[in-house]
Amino acid sequence: MSKREGEGYPRRMKTSQKTDDRDTGANLTSPVMAAFKVFQQELDTKHDKHERLVKLSRDITIESKRTIFLLHRVTSVPDVEEVLTEADLKLDGVRLNIRMIAEELRGEDLHQFHRAFTPGIQEYVEAVSFHHFIRHRTLISLEEINTKLVFVKEPEDTPESQQPMGTPQVLTFQVTPTDYLLGVADLTGELMRMCISSVGNGDMDTPFQVSMFLRQIHDGFSYIGNTGPYEVSKKLHTLRQSLSKVEDACYTLKVRGSEIPKHMLADVFSSRTAMMDQDEGMA
Amino acid sequence: MEKLEGLPVTPFMDRDKDIRKVVQVLEQTAREILTLLQSVHQPSGFKEIPSKCQKARELFCTVRTHLGELKTKFPVDQYYRFHEHWRFVLQRLAFLAAFVVYLESESLVTREEVAQILGIEVVREKGFHLDVEDYLAGVLIMASELSRLAVNSVTAGDYSRPLRISNFINELDSGFRLLNLKNDPLRKRYDGLKYDVKKIEEVVYDLSIRGLSKELEAGGDK
Repeated sequence: MSKREGEGYPRRMKTSQKTDDRDTGANLTSPVMAAFKVFQQELDTKHDKHERLVKLSRDITIESKRTIFLLHRVTSVPDVEEVLTEADLKLDGVRLNIRMIAEELRGEDLHQFHRAFTPGIQEYVEAVSFHHFIRHRTLISLEEINTKLVFVKEPEDTPESQQPMGTPQVLTFQVTPTDYLLGVADLTGELMRMCISSVGNGDMDTPFQVSMFLRQIHDGFSYIGNTGPYEVSKKLHTLRQSLSKVEDACYTLKVRGSEIPKHMLADVFSSRTAMMDQDEGMA
Repeated sequence: MEKLEGLPVTPFMDRDKDIRKVVQVLEQTAREILTLLQSVHQPSGFKEIPSKCQKARELFCTVRTHLGELKTKFPVDQYYRFHEHWRFVLQRLAFLAAFVVYLESESLVTREEVAQILGIEVVREKGFHLDVEDYLAGVLIMASELSRLAVNSVTAGDYSRPLRISNFINELDSGFRLLNLKNDPLRKRYDGLKYDVKKIEEVVYDLSIRGLSKELEAGGDK
């Protein structure tokens, strides 16, 4: 409209007052201001909880990733069981953090905060299913994962406990089917790496086992296709690439495996996968 | 792979479809209420405000029915899992409820009142509720509507309404300044409020320098 901004407006005098003392400004007792004070508190509480969950999720991600790196060593060390045991301990630590998430979510609608902790949970699923595969050569089920996420609270833990003596409180965190699927989808990438690196160590069994396993997972995801959540469909593409690499590796082993000395196998596979990685621009 | 096939991903899709159907009907009713209320911007519309509010309230009956139906389409404790489906229309409805209440009483509708008009809860634990952020988004949409109303009031010859709108919006702005907002859609919407404030101030200024607003000395500068 006509006037230059800021000149002659009565509100200008009020503005500086407002920015100096928000909470003790004029009209704090008006119903509108009182209502907004309540909104302020509500929103702050929600944001704080969200932040705490994000921090827990990050810690879970870091520790899960470290567990995965640790587990990759099974292809190159003699004592697989030792690695698995160490990984178990790490995962116990992760579960403590998951327990804290469960505490934060007590009484809440967990989908309101799902975005905060889903990255960590997916990483945990990846780590725990990797561990399970190395030991059992099967896919851990969602039920098995969730069984380990039932936390029993001893009565002594809660000083203000209203429970009668001797009644433990049970706290659970349940991984959702979507997070489970996304974690398993990411697992396939690690399995692909494991397959390739096991070949390099002269292991002639693991690559074929991984290939068969990956194919089953891939078929399961294909069956779900586009009917599942959007994020799941997105992962299908990467999954196909991982499967393709693994199948090619098995082919090479089958056709040329007997021709190549074991110590050179690693070179054959690393150069092939390097070429494929360049094509796709994968990290 | 039985383990993957057994996972309940497909039932989500059916529920989503059911929810979407009800949301579409809700959106239709919301559009009807909006069309009804938009007519107050016409010069002739000003006189008819009370009757329009009355009609709008009747349309909210239909809204209550639809929301009642929506509640049945998903488990009661999974509100936020499906929240995205109705977030937009619920914000619209909150805006329309706020607008009706403003037109009736020139006051800010409370969250409880909006919930009552829509036939839903305020507290999550009690059932299908109005999230505080959706309420606030509706209020901000109303602020834009009021800045437009201030302009059109003058065109229609009503020189005192803009002043009242100005006081109202300024208090609203003070309220919003109390909030610690994150960089989310609500924050972006709030960023628009300052343009509404500015627009209304300019209307008030234009009136005051031309001596068109007699109430300036009396109660303009709160």
